[in-house]
Parts: sequence; structure tokens; C-alpha cells
Amino acid sequence: MKNVDYDLVIIGGGPAGLAAGLYAARARLKVILVEKVVVGGQIVISDWIENYPGFPEGLSGPDLVQKFTEQAKRFGLNIENNAAVSVDLSDPVKRIVFNDRTVTTHTIIIATGASPKKLDAPGEEMFYGKGVSSCATCDAPFFKDRIVAAVGGGDTAVKESLFLTRFVKKVYLIHRRDRLRAEMILQEQALANEKIEIIWDSVLTGIQGFTNVENITVQNVKTKEEKTLSVDGCFIWVGEMPNTKFLADGIKLDEKGFIVANLNMETSVPGVFVAGDVRNTPLRQVATAVGDGAVAAFSAGHYIENLKK
Amino acid sequence: MAKGIIEIGDSSFDSEVLQAEKPVLVDFWAPWCGPCRAIGPIVEELAEAFGDTVKFTKCNVDENPVTPTKYGIKSIPTLIFFKDGKVLDKIVGIVAKSRLEEMITNT
Repeated sequence: MKNVDYDLVIIGGGPAGLAAGLYAARARLKVILVEKVVVGGQIVISDWIENYPGFPEGLSGPDLVQKFTEQAKRFGLNIENNAAVSVDLSDPVKRIVFNDRTVTTHTIIIATGASPKKLDAPGEEMFYGKGVSSCATCDAPFFKDRIVAAVGGGDTAVKESLFLTRFVKKVYLIHRRDRLRAEMILQEQALANEKIEIIWDSVLTGIQGFTNVENITVQNVKTKEEKTLSVDGCFIWVGEMPNTKFLADGIKLDEKGFIVANLNMETSVPGVFVAGDVRNTPLRQVATAVGDGAVAAFSAGHYIENLKK
Repeated sequence: MAKGIIEIGDSSFDSEVLQAEKPVLVDFWAPWCGPCRAIGPIVEELAEAFGDTVKFTKCNVDENPVTPTKYGIKSIPTLIFFKDGKVLDKIVGIVAKSRLEEMITNT
């Protein structure tokens, strides 16, 4: 077996990466997890998680991250604040270029997650941080007793709109279809909430204001009718895009850019595995991410065992 | 509180930030803000590394409503880098440590 720096490098420190790290550390692999921003990934901005089993009352995203991290570290997982700039997968020994050095490894688990998608509506970029946001837990209190808009109809859009109602006077929930996509329990809560007014069959066409957001325009996709709503904030939750910029060609992606894998979390490149939101998966939740992470670590261990034979 | 990070507010903003001799980084945060908790340790590391040349401060936006309004803050964490009373750079949201280092060392 060739001499390399690591058996396994895990790229990304959200729930998928941390779960993979826990399993890999317990398997006594020579492993490192690199996280380029902060450990926890998207759940850091989640106010309350109530569908992750084991916590009947629910818990905050940051608290869950802390528990994941503690548990992985207890078994010796090495977590480093660093970014994978590029990867070279042309050889069985893979090379990863970090900010400060290049490392070699037998296997990689890509757990880089996904980021909130932008709509590219006029004004969206300009007013980011000035009323346009995708983080209710960061910004909701700034809109106390104000009127805001939220765009989307999935779990995140509905859940975060419900969170907003604790602060704001009213939420216009703008959705492009005539029914929501979110979990049924969330739909029920949204429909029953007097502060949420759903604008059906409509899309955001623009955000206007002077220094901060003042108005938005929405268009009904069926009647083509356009109207202006007076709001102080506009939250955008229209899905996610995969974080795969650092990847070179060679790994098979689906039509939306998510990494394709089989049931063992094996990608199209031997020795490269994937876990969590960056994978083409039907559901992006903490519960599914940790499952992916466990399988990916197990598969990586198995792959390394075979190299030794 | 972490070593080298000074808690400032509306009443001390002028003396601690605008009149300061050294450049000043202000971390606008609040207890309810999860991402602020996440970025806190990174700011602490930077304070350890650059504390000699840069003054590190934090401002609780709940207790100090005037300053965040003055600087148009609608989202936290927001980090603003001041020099001679002027805004040199502003970062909204969680970013990589390297981006913050860049902000500090580029001045």
C-alpha cells in the first residue's frame, strides 16, 4: 500500500461530514475533517429542529452541532478549519489542495452540502443584508412589528415563515404554485396562522427601495397580473444549489449539479464517496445526512481494507 | 468574555471605536443569533493573532439599538472594520476565517 498522508479526508463539517468523521474515527482510520467556514453547516442557522429523532422537545441547530462535534471529538476526530481549493482524482492516490498545503489520501468523502439558491430577481443582490435575507434566525428581530415577504413553498420557506411570525406583523408567503410542498404538519400550521398570507401562483419579479427594501413586485403566473407589495424585508427560500465548485470534471453529477452516488455512497470515481445535501438525494434533512455519512465512512473503510489485500 | 475583545455599546461607541488610535473591528451580534455564536470563536482566534495591531470589540444589538441603525444593519452577524472613524470594510453573515484575515491585513 502506498504511503499517503491520510486514509480518509472528509471535506465539509455539517451533519453528514461530522457523522462520517465519528464512524471513521471509531474505525481507527487515519482521518481528517476540513471545514472552510464554521462546523455545523446549514443547521447553524436553524432556530429549532424538531424532526431529528432522539430529541422529543426539539433543539436549536447550534446546540445539535455542538453535540455532534463533541461526540466526534471524543473518538479522536481531527477537525481543521481549512478549505479544499481543488482536488486531483486522476490517480488512485488522491491529492487535495488546501489553502496552505497539499495532502494525499486513499479516500475522500465529499460532504460540502448545499447553499440557498438565489432567484436572480432585480434588486436581490443589491439589497442583500439590507432587507433581503435567507436567514430568519439572523434577521427576524430586525423586522419586529413590520411586514415582510417570504418566497418559496418547501419545508424551509414554511418553517422559517412560521418563525418570522413570532416577530413580524405579517408575512406574505409567495409561492409559484397553488399548493405548498412542505411537510403536511408545517402546511397546517402555516394555513392556520393569521399572520401568514399566502400569495398563490406567484413569482417575485423585483425588489425596490432607497437604501433598504421598501417594495417588492410579484406576478401571478396564471393571470400575468403584476402587483406591488409594501414590505421591509424579503426572505428567499427557493431551494438549494450544491457546493461543488472545487471539484474537477470526472465526478458524475446530475442535471442540477448534485453528485450522483449508489447505495454505498460511491461516486463515479473509485475511492471518492459523497454524503448529505451535496448528493442527489430525494430528501435533505439532518436525519438523512447523518445516515449518508455513516454509510460513506463504512464504504471508505471497506475500500481501504481492500487496498491492503 | 474572550481575551482581548472589548464589549462596547451606544454610549462608548464614539470613544472606543470612532476615536480609537488603532483600527477597530466591531462584531455586531445578539444572544438569539445562532450564526453569531458560530462566528464568535473565529473572531476570538483573530483577536489572539492580531490583537496587537487591531482593537477587537463586540456590540450587542439588543442592548444598543442606536449604533446598528446608524450603520444600516439589518442582518447579523455583521462585522465592520473601522479606521480613523471611517468604515473600511463590512462583512454580512458567516464567512471563512481567511476572508476576515484578508479584511484585517489589507489595511
